[in-house]
Amino acid sequence: MAPKLPPQHSLQHSSSAVAGGQSQEGQSHYPHAAQPKGLMRWLLTTNHKEIGSLYLIFSLTMFFVGGIFALVVRAELFQPGLQLVEPEFFNQMTTMHGLIMVFAAVMPAFTGLANWMIPLQIGAPDMALPRLNNFSFWLLPVAFTLLLSTLFMPGGGPNFGWTFYAPLSTTYAPASTTFFILALHMAGISSILGAINIIATILNMRAPGMRMMDMPLFVWTWLITAFLLIAVMPVLAGVITMMLMDINFGTSFFDAAGGGDPVLFQHLFWFFGHPEVYIMILPAFGIVSAIIPTFARKPLFGYASMVYATGAIALLSFLVWAHHMFIVGLPLTAELFFMYSTMLIAVPTGVKVFNWVTTLFRGSISFEPPMLFALAFVVLFTIGGFSGLMLAIAPADFQYHDTYFVVAHFHYVLVPGAIFAIMAGVYYWLPKWTGHYPNERLAQCHFWCSIIGVNLTFFPMHFAGLAGMPRRIPDYALQFADFNLLSSIGAFFFGASQLLFVLVVVLCVRGGQKAPAKAWEGAVDLEWSVPSPAPLHTFETPPVFHRAQSHD
Amino acid sequence: MRLPWQWLLTITSVASLSQAHASSWNMPVGVTDTSRNIFGLHMTIFWVCVVIGVIVFGVMFYSLFRYRHSKGAKAARFHEHTSVEVLWTAIPILILVGMAVPATATLKNMYDASEADLDIMITGQQWRWRYEYLGEDIAYTSNLSTTREQIRGESDRDEHYLLDVDEPLVLPINRKVRFLMTSDDVIHSWWVPELAVKQDTIPGFINENWVQINEPGIYRGQCAELCGVNHGFMPIVVHAMEEAEFETWLEERKEAAEQEAMGVDREWAIEELMARGEEVYQSICSSCHQGEGQGAPPAFPALAGNEQLINELDWHLDRVINGVSGAAMPAFRNTLNPVEIAAVVTYTRNAWGNETGDTVQPATVAERIAQ
Amino acid sequence: MAADGSQQAGVRRTVIRSVAALIGMFAFAFALVPLYDVFCQVTGLNGKVDTTAKAIIHEEVDQSRFITVQFITRGSAGLPWQMSVETRQMRVHPGQTAEVDFTFTNNSHQESWGRAVPSVSPSSATTHLRKVSCFCFQEQQLQGDERLTIPLVFQLAKDLPEEISTITLVYTLYPIQRIALNPLNNNNAAGDKI
Repeated sequence: MAPKLPPQHSLQHSSSAVAGGQSQEGQSHYPHAAQPKGLMRWLLTTNHKEIGSLYLIFSLTMFFVGGIFALVVRAELFQPGLQLVEPEFFNQMTTMHGLIMVFAAVMPAFTGLANWMIPLQIGAPDMALPRLNNFSFWLLPVAFTLLLSTLFMPGGGPNFGWTFYAPLSTTYAPASTTFFILALHMAGISSILGAINIIATILNMRAPGMRMMDMPLFVWTWLITAFLLIAVMPVLAGVITMMLMDINFGTSFFDAAGGGDPVLFQHLFWFFGHPEVYIMILPAFGIVSAIIPTFARKPLFGYASMVYATGAIALLSFLVWAHHMFIVGLPLTAELFFMYSTMLIAVPTGVKVFNWVTTLFRGSISFEPPMLFALAFVVLFTIGGFSGLMLAIAPADFQYHDTYFVVAHFHYVLVPGAIFAIMAGVYYWLPKWTGHYPNERLAQCHFWCSIIGVNLTFFPMHFAGLAGMPRRIPDYALQFADFNLLSSIGAFFFGASQLLFVLVVVLCVRGGQKAPAKAWEGAVDLEWSVPSPAPLHTFETPPVFHRAQSHD
Repeated sequence: MRLPWQWLLTITSVASLSQAHASSWNMPVGVTDTSRNIFGLHMTIFWVCVVIGVIVFGVMFYSLFRYRHSKGAKAARFHEHTSVEVLWTAIPILILVGMAVPATATLKNMYDASEADLDIMITGQQWRWRYEYLGEDIAYTSNLSTTREQIRGESDRDEHYLLDVDEPLVLPINRKVRFLMTSDDVIHSWWVPELAVKQDTIPGFINENWVQINEPGIYRGQCAELCGVNHGFMPIVVHAMEEAEFETWLEERKEAAEQEAMGVDREWAIEELMARGEEVYQSICSSCHQGEGQGAPPAFPALAGNEQLINELDWHLDRVINGVSGAAMPAFRNTLNPVEIAAVVTYTRNAWGNETGDTVQPATVAERIAQ
Repeated sequence: MAADGSQQAGVRRTVIRSVAALIGMFAFAFALVPLYDVFCQVTGLNGKVDTTAKAIIHEEVDQSRFITVQFITRGSAGLPWQMSVETRQMRVHPGQTAEVDFTFTNNSHQESWGRAVPSVSPSSATTHLRKVSCFCFQEQQLQGDERLTIPLVFQLAKDLPEEISTITLVYTLYPIQRIALNPLNNNNAAGDKI
């Protein structure tokens, strides 16, 4: 008889009686030893749901850590003058804010969602390599404890921007840089191993009858993202290894004195860096592509185009890297090539936006919290895309580069872009994870406060940049004062609003209106066929997949 | 130089110029042909985005309003339409090609630094700019002149807070000036918005750029690449003047340099050295070693009470003249003349209680860096 | 179970391929270093000049135009040397071979080593500037107070593009550390070792 696991956590509810018929609870093929409890359970778990939750909790914590660094920056920039921190520390704050948000908040959040949802969406019992999965996660707290500890080392932490250009980050860097490199190596290994796991799962463990073109778009976008990760994280590893060698072993990869070239660093970094930003947005596209059809009660418009567009974006992302380097002194031919390729990548991105809007057209639309965030994503990410298109025009970029115009652009695509998509996904799937609906009133409040906060913070930055304010400065000329005042107010407001998100999540885990298996009326994918909350083990026997509609 | 497509940009930029002149919300139109072209491209792509945005968001918000579930809307079932997909792929491509043509022409023009009338070497240093008029034997550094008191809020901030320097770059209008840019340490970036010149300065490498300024005036910019602690405190000021005025300035400058050079051979009194040294110290050294010589260890050693400095004159001179490889301390023989070096070394050896009583004569310094 | 078995085989295959791709991309990153150099030397794209001597090509000199060749010398921190050139600029015909002397003076009393790193502008001129003999091809060693004069012999290719009328050649002199350093000693902001 099925051993009944004590319900320790509402996320882990595993009563065999509630099994939706798709799986035979407890008759797992791998007999469990006595289940460890407490800390050891979480240290040793190989379950994709538990690991998914670990990633998400880690990411949320780091989101606040990175957010506090941003608030230190915005507090100093509230007014002209140096009032609160020294420029030396300010540079550490801007650097760490970027590193933490990119590597410890956004990427792990998407990985957490992938861990939770990919097996459920393809009808697999778990990820392909569950123990590797555990290792991938636990690398992260180690890596980021190390990274954060550099702030307390003599000479301070990394202070050369999250893009860490040489020679500022090699010859002129603080002593802690070697630890920064080690931390980044660990985070990189974590991402790579996670990507291998995801590809292996998606390619080999889909339910019988589910072809590639039947997969939900979240699975597709993660598959493509995983390929990008495997292609470019090793390049990052190569670059930081070269840095390590320049700093400690007397090589001259990036040092003109020894025959090297600082610009080589930029080429290598951005060869990783540009696909990296697509790594941070493609899963968001997948989430939004699940949510909008659900709450418009209408199938996603142009499924095949969406898949091809995502693939096109991924391929093109390898050909645009030097648009971050337009003012470095590239030869004219190169400059033109990268301008054209960058302009071109706007096309598939635009196609995706048109497809979402057409999904809405003649739908039957309701505005639950996941939908609110998904709709805001479409509008605000597109605005970020517009400033990106302006940046692509190379001659104009000579005036935009390294100003707050660029800061505005990437914050629009990352905050109301990636972050809003993550929050939309969390609100969307919380009923599946916990068995409860998130508190609608509080979530709406979170939404409206976030919208106001995000726009108040980042919209004025466009103007500050156009007026001539450079990036990464702790003090500024008087003509930028009004814009900075607004941004700082917006930043604190936005930061405070995110506490509402934590509140909603915590309350939802503990209780709330009960959610059925199919929590949302218009939801169609496979995860909605298992109970809410999802039992610890699902799809131990693969489900028979019936195509709801043809995607051909 | 009129370019054939310019009518397109003229329409869009004239339309915006009427509202945008002297606007603190928009990019400046600037005072060069290049800056005008760039402004035109900027406004054109901006309006293209606005139009696309209005259409897309228009359809979107219309749908959100018209097809609300709460008002009983029934969802349609259509979910693909190949010709529509092809159309909204092709049309953006055409728009982009349309943008690419003028952008390409502007870029080609920006890259052509040939047939220049004047060559200037611009060197980025932590944390100042050095300007050399090649062929004229004029060279000087340009340092932030905003005071510490203003930055710390101890006195009122003036109009050009953080955008003022002791020695601006002086250029003639209506002549093509070629810039050769490099750096002595890390990557900096020389940027003046109204001239639409921005270029990274890469240590060990030369970048070429050019400008032809149409109107006299004072144009201000900032370093545009993170370069360390004082990245935000190394502005650029360009003073563009009529050609005749520029020639006069050149002459005056050369004379002043000769005067300074003559000063190398004579004997200087300690008071003169201290006075000059204090000037040099405050404008050049204090940004790292601080106003009272207290430094900011470990990155910037203290000079006040520094035992090695007090006891080893030779070592002290060597540090200032030749710098320290791989650290932020530059070789000041490339930046300061022998009088300035002698003065600042004398000053630091006697100020803040160091009281060595040493004087260093410019002639001594000149010998050490003799050719 | 059969399904499981082939699934496991599939997973194994995916993992092997992914790891192979991984290793390949890591190697590619390192391969990019010499590739970048080769690419730049072949195309002259970043003003990086070849560090090997080129033979003089006996070709006709284009008497119809002059190219102004400028020479700029720069020192750097930590090397007490002076580097100067006999003339700031010279006018040369495309196809012509020219020679110019550079003088290196060690102002200190200890021997030291340095290397002159060249950079050319405009970068499109780089492939047309053939260096026959250059001090930049190797490190230079100077005893204390020593002075050394070394010529640069170069030839401008006859097919130098019409648009180019001025070529600037900049040499930056860098110190070379000959004393074995404790690897962590390179750091400066950590401070007290320097």
